[in-house]
Amino acid sequence: MQYRNARRKLVNVLMLSATGICALVTVAILIAILAYLAWNGWHYLTWTFLTQLPAPVGQAGGGMGNAVVGTGKLLLIAALTGIPVGLIGGVYLAEFGGKAVGFAVRYAADLLNGVPSIVMGIFIYTVVVLPMGHFSTLAGGLALGVMLIPIVVRSTEDFMRAVPSTLLEGALALGVSRWKGVATVILPAAARGVATGILLSLARVAGETAPLLFTSFNNQYWSQGWMQPIASLPMMIYLYAISPYKNWQQEAWAAGFILLALVLLVNIGAHIILSRRQSVQRG
Amino acid sequence: MGASAETLTGKPAPGGKGQVRTFFRRLRNGDEIAHIFTLVFALTILLLACLLVYELYAHSAVSRHKFGWSFLLSRSWDPVLERFGALPFIYGTIVTSVIALLIAVPLGVGGAIFLAEFAPTKMSDGLTFIVELLAAVPSVIFGLLGIFIIIPIMRESVDPFLQSHFGWLPLFQGPVYGVGFLTAGVVLSIMIVPFILSISREVLLAVPAEQREAALALGATRWESTWQAVVPYARVGILGSIFLALARALGETMAVTMVIGGTPSISSSLFAPGYSIASVIADQFTEATGQAYLQSLIELGLALFVLTIILNGLARLLILATTKRGTAH
Repeated sequence: MQYRNARRKLVNVLMLSATGICALVTVAILIAILAYLAWNGWHYLTWTFLTQLPAPVGQAGGGMGNAVVGTGKLLLIAALTGIPVGLIGGVYLAEFGGKAVGFAVRYAADLLNGVPSIVMGIFIYTVVVLPMGHFSTLAGGLALGVMLIPIVVRSTEDFMRAVPSTLLEGALALGVSRWKGVATVILPAAARGVATGILLSLARVAGETAPLLFTSFNNQYWSQGWMQPIASLPMMIYLYAISPYKNWQQEAWAAGFILLALVLLVNIGAHIILSRRQSVQRG
Repeated sequence: MGASAETLTGKPAPGGKGQVRTFFRRLRNGDEIAHIFTLVFALTILLLACLLVYELYAHSAVSRHKFGWSFLLSRSWDPVLERFGALPFIYGTIVTSVIALLIAVPLGVGGAIFLAEFAPTKMSDGLTFIVELLAAVPSVIFGLLGIFIIIPIMRESVDPFLQSHFGWLPLFQGPVYGVGFLTAGVVLSIMIVPFILSISREVLLAVPAEQREAALALGATRWESTWQAVVPYARVGILGSIFLALARALGETMAVTMVIGGTPSISSSLFAPGYSIASVIADQFTEATGQAYLQSLIELGLALFVLTIILNGLARLLILATTKRGTAH
């Protein structure tokens, strides 16, 4: 009996530490990634890197200014197309959604969310690139825009539903029509959460590479308009990382550093904003 | 929205005349306009999803008619003779995903158990946030790290170690390149751990406290209460998180493309280079010449799409089943 109890206690301690180690390893991986990338990326990051065009092979210097601008342009198109659809679609699901239509739309959003990003690239390729006949900024932006939609829909619906229904009922009791109640009471109450959700979704698609491979493709120069191919940070990281040239690989590290810093800053910021909102509500 | 709000705005009463009158009243105060306006955007989402399925189906017609179902079982991938089969890529996808799950499931579920059951709340929330950050890191950055950190480690230490100790297994024979199935699986495992961990933790937290208390009251140690009373209760949801992670792993493109090596071959050795479905599309799509070649790649995309949709649906059902049951108590 005593032996058995001792064994049970031993198993208890062993397994508790084993699970602790699992958690520790997972967290350690992230910190290792951050540290390594920060160390390497920071090293090669210079002002000319952010503002100049890539140098020809074998020539020192040069940068990724065109890729920085390109990522900005792609995100602009994505935001202009994806956010309205996602936001208003989310409002529909939260406030006006009927049972059958609501279910179908929610299912469609889930389906779009689960589509592998490379398949999203194929989709936009068949819809935009094939009819147009060439790669373009527009196609890349649309690919990212479609990826934005399900994320924005989900977060908008969740944050609007989180607003207590008594607020809307109060407005309705004062004789306001439903849409006015939604627009002037629910939306402002949920605005912070909805905006944060949008920001997070933008950060997520900013790092997507696979949908850009055969939509916006790449460009060694400053972009020549919305209908032409364009460089982007994720594409540059991909192409430079697999290249055999030492200085290109170093530039890939620097670009990776910028991209990761952007994504992590937005995520940490969003976390702070959302947790502050909660504590205000509780207090 | 509560039912009270619906009654206040006047749900259309059943029957013709009343319905028409309510409709006009709602139209006058703008409700019906707002409804239709938002509905249009919501239907756009539905339309996009349908269009996506249609486009994938329509643009793989040449390949589907030429090869039929044997496409999925053929081993040849010959752009010159225009003979295409998906088997090497299906094999690569399965092998890399299985390796990833073998590493990520113990790590993720173990970590989730620790964070949900044993760690203090503050520490648990903090560590979970860090892990969720890991999920936000773009795929291409994992590829970058894979090329410059993981490939050298695999080539110089892990692969030779496995070869010298387990070389009698066909899995660990043959030349070591650094790139290959095993490396891709390792990179994938790092990418899917956050999903398993954070969802499993959520599912475990939804297990009612009575489960733990009852086991502890009977004299169980904390581990026994967790393993015999909490984990079985959350089993279905944990399985759901694994399915979700699997769906991610199957569709993961950039990181795998950068470390898998890129050869359309089936090899029993895990050190051998190969291709997954997603990575062959990424690698060859822009250079695909001829309809059969391009449409074969699109058909691969269609197959990948169908697979991930099924897995995602299953995962969602499983997770929903547990968290609902948990909170209902």
